[in-house]
Amino acid sequence: MRPILTRRQKDTIFVGIFCVVALLVVLQLWLLTATTNAYLGGDRSVVWRAAGASVGCLALNLWLLRRLVYLQGARD
Amino acid sequence: MNPPGEDPRDYPDRRPLADQRHWRQDFPTDVPEDDHVARREFVKFLVLTSGAFAAGQCWLALAGPSPARGPFPRTRIATAAELEEQRAIEFRYPDEHEPCLALCLGPGRYVAYGQKCSHLACAVVPHLDRGELHCPCHNGSFEAEGGRPVAGPPRRPLPLVRLEVADGVVYATGFQPRTI
Repeated sequence: MRPILTRRQKDTIFVGIFCVVALLVVLQLWLLTATTNAYLGGDRSVVWRAAGASVGCLALNLWLLRRLVYLQGARD
Repeated sequence: MNPPGEDPRDYPDRRPLADQRHWRQDFPTDVPEDDHVARREFVKFLVLTSGAFAAGQCWLALAGPSPARGPFPRTRIATAAELEEQRAIEFRYPDEHEPCLALCLGPGRYVAYGQKCSHLACAVVPHLDRGELHCPCHNGSFEAEGGRPVAGPPRRPLPLVRLEVADGVVYATGFQPRTI
């Protein structure tokens, strides 16, 4: 059963999710920049771990987006 | 939650639908809901960007080894006397596509670096009177002593070429890209 939330509550949750998604995207950008720098400097030790972390961020973002769509469908 | 039968929409002037202008009655847009959808679209775009970054990371991981990995040939650069006389000699190492610079910093003190700037691969120019290698494209500078960046946009040092001196001849024996 979908939760019954007021528009204000939905708005607060939306802003919270939005902030987390934006933060994760900035983190991924930093990760990509740092990994490219290491790769071009001949250091491949971090490349797979960084890729794993980035895919983890993507999975979290997708889950948050799914929650957001669910939230939008919830009744006022 | 709105009571049954009540118009759930909020209008900018807070008046009910019946008191709104005709055009708004004809097109009764739900303003907050419309705003909500626009923000959701933006979050979707952010998640798409996140997917692009993750794909970039995976591409980097699958791209194979970094350029210039060994084993490296032992290549003659010049005689020690020539290097001491000219102070800077250009050569190609480990292949024809990799320009390098051998420098003489003093009697018996030889160093060599890849000549491509670590910023955007412009050729660096030696200014040994100032003890640095200068990149004219974006005014980057590297110290001649260790090849580390000292000014401008480069963040990584120049690749180091390992040298060996045997019988008065300077040889290149290895090429090492560096991060710090």
